[in-house]
Amino acid sequence: MDAGPLRSAEPITAGPSKTALLSVRNLKKYFPIRKGLWGRPGLRVHAVDDVSFDLQRGEILGLVGESGCGKSTTGRLILRLLEPTSGEVYFQNENIFNADTRRMRALRREMQIIFQDPYASLNPRLTIGATLEEPLIIHKTGNRSERRARVRQLLEKVGLDPDVVNRYPHEFSGGQRQRIGVARALTLNPKLIVADEPVSSLDVSIQAQVINLLEDVQQEYALSMIFIAHDLNIVRHISDRVAVMYLGRIVELGPATDLYRQPLHPYTEALLAAIPIPDPKAKRTRILLEGDLPSPVNLPKGCRFYSRCPKRIPDCLKEDPPLVQIRPGHSAACILAR
Amino acid sequence: MNPAVLSIKNLRTQFHTDEGIVHAVDGIDLMVRPGSVLGIVGESGSGKSVTALSVMRLIPQPPGRIVSGEIWFNGTDLMTLKEAEMQKVRGKRIAMIFQEPMTSLNPVFTVGNQISEMLRLHLKLSRKDARDRTIELLELVGIPSADRRSKEYPHQLSGGMRQRVMIAMAISCNPDLIFADEPTTALDVTIQAQILALLEQLRERLGMSLVLISHDLGVIAEVAHEVAIMYAGRIVEEAGTEELFAHPLHPYTQGLLASLPRFDKSGGRGERLRAIPGAVPKWTEHLPGCKFTPRCSVAISHCAQQEPPLKEIRPGHRVRCWVAFGEQT
Repeated sequence: MDAGPLRSAEPITAGPSKTALLSVRNLKKYFPIRKGLWGRPGLRVHAVDDVSFDLQRGEILGLVGESGCGKSTTGRLILRLLEPTSGEVYFQNENIFNADTRRMRALRREMQIIFQDPYASLNPRLTIGATLEEPLIIHKTGNRSERRARVRQLLEKVGLDPDVVNRYPHEFSGGQRQRIGVARALTLNPKLIVADEPVSSLDVSIQAQVINLLEDVQQEYALSMIFIAHDLNIVRHISDRVAVMYLGRIVELGPATDLYRQPLHPYTEALLAAIPIPDPKAKRTRILLEGDLPSPVNLPKGCRFYSRCPKRIPDCLKEDPPLVQIRPGHSAACILAR
Repeated sequence: MNPAVLSIKNLRTQFHTDEGIVHAVDGIDLMVRPGSVLGIVGESGSGKSVTALSVMRLIPQPPGRIVSGEIWFNGTDLMTLKEAEMQKVRGKRIAMIFQEPMTSLNPVFTVGNQISEMLRLHLKLSRKDARDRTIELLELVGIPSADRRSKEYPHQLSGGMRQRVMIAMAISCNPDLIFADEPTTALDVTIQAQILALLEQLRERLGMSLVLISHDLGVIAEVAHEVAIMYAGRIVEEAGTEELFAHPLHPYTQGLLASLPRFDKSGGRGERLRAIPGAVPKWTEHLPGCKFTPRCSVAISHCAQQEPPLKEIRPGHRVRCWVAFGEQT
């Protein structure tokens, strides 16, 4: 059974939710592109195109989708590492896009990120101790010996020997580096962590170690987490709720158990059917999607999934279906699911 | 008489580094039967890719060197061939598909050009015949409007389309054997399903054998007929696919299978994954016994002292583990 607090089944409200830690409303991010030097401006990649959801306290929300679906951009917008084209992100009822530099710095203590590639996200010239102490110095937390003690405590927490403080990133394996990435995210006691593909560059035997660690710290610190990944097995394992994205949109959002057992959107169905199962005797119904993801520049009319949908009907071309609740707490953007 | 398309005997490939000799592939034996799919599973550094490159005799030398071994391919030991003879095997009779098609396709030539080049070189086709055959091949691997696509450059194609081009190139000379090294790892899951289905369909139709190298046990379970599990340059377990997944005997194989979260079986939040502790041994580490001992949950004292042989303990099922042999101490 799913552990953790009961999730609200309320539909998404117009403004920020009173109870949620994080409310994302009508978030959009369009990247301008030019073709060639004198190319016609005004073309835009619809990376994130009207995304809304709530994240409850202590909840892990899985954000899944294939490359280019906008899941990472959504994660970066939530932390305001990118400015949106439009829309709001409310963190504890405060729209973070209205925060000035000073306020934003204070907010950043509460919201942290874990990156995919622990090789690229650690400064190779800084010792692990210096890397972990840096946020404490920036946020003027404690004196030197208190900070050092905190760093040692964090390393222990993530399963590393505290005596590694004087070592450099290259001396660690990928799994250990990701543990350091987790420690760094925890340094300032955040309330929210966005984990962007945190285990996808790790070997299979190491992935499980890091997943277990993330679950442990989530429990211990009652963290809320957005877990971005393309691996649907891992997302199923770690998430309370799951949002499936396609071409900049959430096409399905629901409790993990329900969504995996009874997917509502044909895209979710196809994704689940495409996961290879490590059991040669597993009985599968194959749904092979035709073609590739359409270009996010020239979005098709009507439903975005139309060109690849095995269940499409002519009515699907009439409107781009909104995300509507079909079962309690479980919504889909598909006219056939209604 | 040897019924196998490919039979590797006691292959050892080493790399000389500043920190010492790396035993990347350390005495492996493998066999690929005609028309079958052999899956090689391993994590980074297990030696699975070096095995493929050794067979193709593509190990950069120095620093690498094939120290010993026989590589029998359709009755010829590839190790005895001169480079010029090897070039006639490579690409023509044994082809390779890599993980990242963008790095193995030449960015300054159109994809059609690159396939035609292969056909003209290996099959001595005329320019016109090579062009026609190229279009046929692109159609065969499911590329829509093949004529137009053949005139495009690799960067104009999506990842899935590029991998289809790589496959078209690999099958262009009707090889007996294809090595596919993580062919779908860089692809999205729905595209991966398309490519795996395509490989399977082509293999059946053209009667090729396939060696599929992957870290993904799910992909292996779906495609391979036989599986070899590699760890630290060795094969630690080998069996038919159904047998291996039903009765994994090596603690490493068991650990890998147990550590995978599975959406079809998951208990969801709160359920702990059974992780394998520790990490793959460093190249420089010298372990006299079984290389998996430091991470093994069932290791006995014998394991650290002497390396177990690869031994058949169930019909067609070989494993390299003292505990699986029934040793107690």
